[in-house]
Amino acid sequence: MTATPEPFLGATDHTPVRHHILSVLVENKAGVLARIAGLFARRGFNIYSLAVAPAESNARFSRVTIVVDAESAPLEQIVGQLDKLVNVVAITDISPKDALERELLLATIKTDVDNRTSLLDIIANAGAAIVDVDAKSVTVMLAATPGGCDELERALESYDGVELHRTGRVALPRLGKLASA
Amino acid sequence: MQLTGAQALIKSLEQQGVDTIFGLPGGAILPVYDPLIDSSIRHILVRHEQGAGHMAEGYALATGRPGVAMVTSGPGATNIVTPIANAHMDSTPLVIVTGQVASSAIGTDAFQECDITGITMGITKHNFLVKSAQEIPRAVAAAFHLATTGRPGPVLIDIPKDVAQSMMDWWYPSSIEEYDLPGYRPEVELDDDAVMRAVALIGESERPVLYVGGGTLKSHAAAELLAFAERTKMPVVTTLMARGAFPDSHEQHLGMPGMHGTYSAVTAIQKSDLLISLGARFDDRVTGKIPAFAPNAKVIHVDIDRAEFNKVRHAEVAIQSNVAAALRAFDGYGATPRNLDVWWKEIRGWREQYPLVYDAPTDEGPLRPQHVIEAIAAKSGAGTIVASGVGQHQMWASQFWKFEEPGTWVNSGGAGTMGFGVPSAIGAKVGRPDRTVWCIDGDGCFQMTAQELVTARSEGIPIKVAILNNAYLGMVRQWQEMFYEERYSEVYLSADLPDYVKWAESMGCVGLRATNLKEMHEVIDEANKINDVPVVIDFRTDASEKVFPMVASGASNDDIMVHPLQRGASR
Ligand SMILES: Cc1ncc(C[n+]2csc(CCOP(=O)(O)OP(=O)(O)O)c2C)c(N)n1
Ligand SMILES: [Mg+2]
Repeated sequence: MTATPEPFLGATDHTPVRHHILSVLVENKAGVLARIAGLFARRGFNIYSLAVAPAESNARFSRVTIVVDAESAPLEQIVGQLDKLVNVVAITDISPKDALERELLLATIKTDVDNRTSLLDIIANAGAAIVDVDAKSVTVMLAATPGGCDELERALESYDGVELHRTGRVALPRLGKLASA
Repeated sequence: MQLTGAQALIKSLEQQGVDTIFGLPGGAILPVYDPLIDSSIRHILVRHEQGAGHMAEGYALATGRPGVAMVTSGPGATNIVTPIANAHMDSTPLVIVTGQVASSAIGTDAFQECDITGITMGITKHNFLVKSAQEIPRAVAAAFHLATTGRPGPVLIDIPKDVAQSMMDWWYPSSIEEYDLPGYRPEVELDDDAVMRAVALIGESERPVLYVGGGTLKSHAAAELLAFAERTKMPVVTTLMARGAFPDSHEQHLGMPGMHGTYSAVTAIQKSDLLISLGARFDDRVTGKIPAFAPNAKVIHVDIDRAEFNKVRHAEVAIQSNVAAALRAFDGYGATPRNLDVWWKEIRGWREQYPLVYDAPTDEGPLRPQHVIEAIAAKSGAGTIVASGVGQHQMWASQFWKFEEPGTWVNSGGAGTMGFGVPSAIGAKVGRPDRTVWCIDGDGCFQMTAQELVTARSEGIPIKVAILNNAYLGMVRQWQEMFYEERYSEVYLSADLPDYVKWAESMGCVGLRATNLKEMHEVIDEANKINDVPVVIDFRTDASEKVFPMVASGASNDDIMVHPLQRGASR
């Protein structure tokens, strides 16, 4: 099976094009996130999104995916300063055009049973899934590119009382693309 | 062997070769002070925790070994925050042990609880909150490793009281692997390619300058620097943090660059075609207006910390290395610039036209502060260590003392911490009891930490303090005079209040005063005869003296203001 190459989505509503994705392996120790957040705050580096989870099959480490604003400071500075944090084990820098980025969106839309046709269209178009439903509301989930999540978010703007959460993106280099450490 | 956490802490410090701890006890650190009684480690009981931190810094700067301080939780810990920040700015290796409230009380606003690891996150190289007694040896070993390797800095170990009281099975890490620092790789392989490019740039250069920063001292590279400079004949400037890295008496030394640097050092950098930065970081006090800094120079930037590259100034070649190894590599490839005769002719012209000068002293006083420093220097033996506070007196000390070897200048550079002088001089004297230690202090600075002279007297640490008493927060006064139309706002202190002689005497020190030239010489001679107790001298200096040369804050280094005595002369 061959995957179809994904188009470069560039800027999204929440993240302008000059962002970079840092995939940061950190020691799973108390205060690590505070160290990273503090560093970005005191050096004036902007973060668009930040996602944290235990790293692949090793309880000692966590992976932090940080989408940084490469406009607020040179990437070299951001990586150099981040690398000085003793709890940071490895930094992989993925430029947006070489990245496979995915994000999860959850949204609960208030809509009664009789008025759901157009919503069901939107959900189908976006490739989202319905994960919960009752007489007054529908909860949908979308795992997609950040741009795809933007589109669904925009499509849902016409509904009142939408509760929408996004996780911030995670990323891996596209196959055949080297990430730089 | 079963030990308490407290015993394990002391034993771990002994294992690290610690001979002195500067500190002050309190509730949360009490358990650790008990086994200290039976230890070979000397504890110096300070009168304020800020003093402990600066003493540890002075010890480290004078010896090259990490300084150690120990304080209690809450206010004890916050009192040492200033020295930690200071050491962080100046990359000084420190290990600070703080007591913490018991583990179960953390997060409850317990008595004397404070989140010192949170507070110091941004001003330490790293910090630890130790959660079990068994982990203490690892934390101590890792702390010393972190503080002293790579780019040095302060490391803090926070120990909850119950952790100090609980039992552990004694062990000590025998290898770096056991420190559990998977993300710490301080040494990198020298990039041969970058070295070759640097050698090529040097080969093309006709107007090079060796811009020597504190990293040169930190990497013990003075011998390599001397060899490289003498072989290549390049001019050398040493920043405020690098004074002593290259002998001031050396023909190739132009002195200090920057806001109050010598005319020849500042101008040589401005006109250079190649700047070789050795463990320097292009601080704004050196560069002045950044776009106007050394506009025609290519830059070879040698630093152990890669985050310094291209932070302030673009580097044509960046070499991540300690300074000594990089210089050896340059030498290995025989890096040699073009003929520098024309360049030296120009530099000598600047040096002859604009040496450091000051107004002639008068017999009756007030004393010229620069003259006092020169007089003390003239009456001091080789290897005398000089500490200073922050202000005009600091700049004059850096300008007019002649530094000949590493470890003789103890100073607060990056942070500019008033009050650094007295305690850092004490720490330096503890580390180098064989040396005479002078503190060149300001009257304002002295009042911030003078109480540590009580510590010095009671611990038998005979330092000598020269207060350049101009009755003002002089450096601020200078700025108000020059840039705020002589509108003096909150800078007057009074020369007589406090009475420094009586104050010194009340602290068990010898107190002396000099108001005219004759007294100046007498009191220095008298101070030099006293070797058992600290001496404090109140030198009454001229309040109107200003530090020159000067590059105004944010101005281009091309707009350097020379001393009024030198103005009007053609450049
Ligand atoms: C803790 C601290 N507070 C304030 C300052 C700002 N400051 C820099 S120099 C200076 C005056 C220092 O006065 P003094 O010790 O008398 O030295 P002088 O300049 O008169 O030689 C001040 C207030 C500082 N550097 N550090
Ligand atoms: Mg003063």
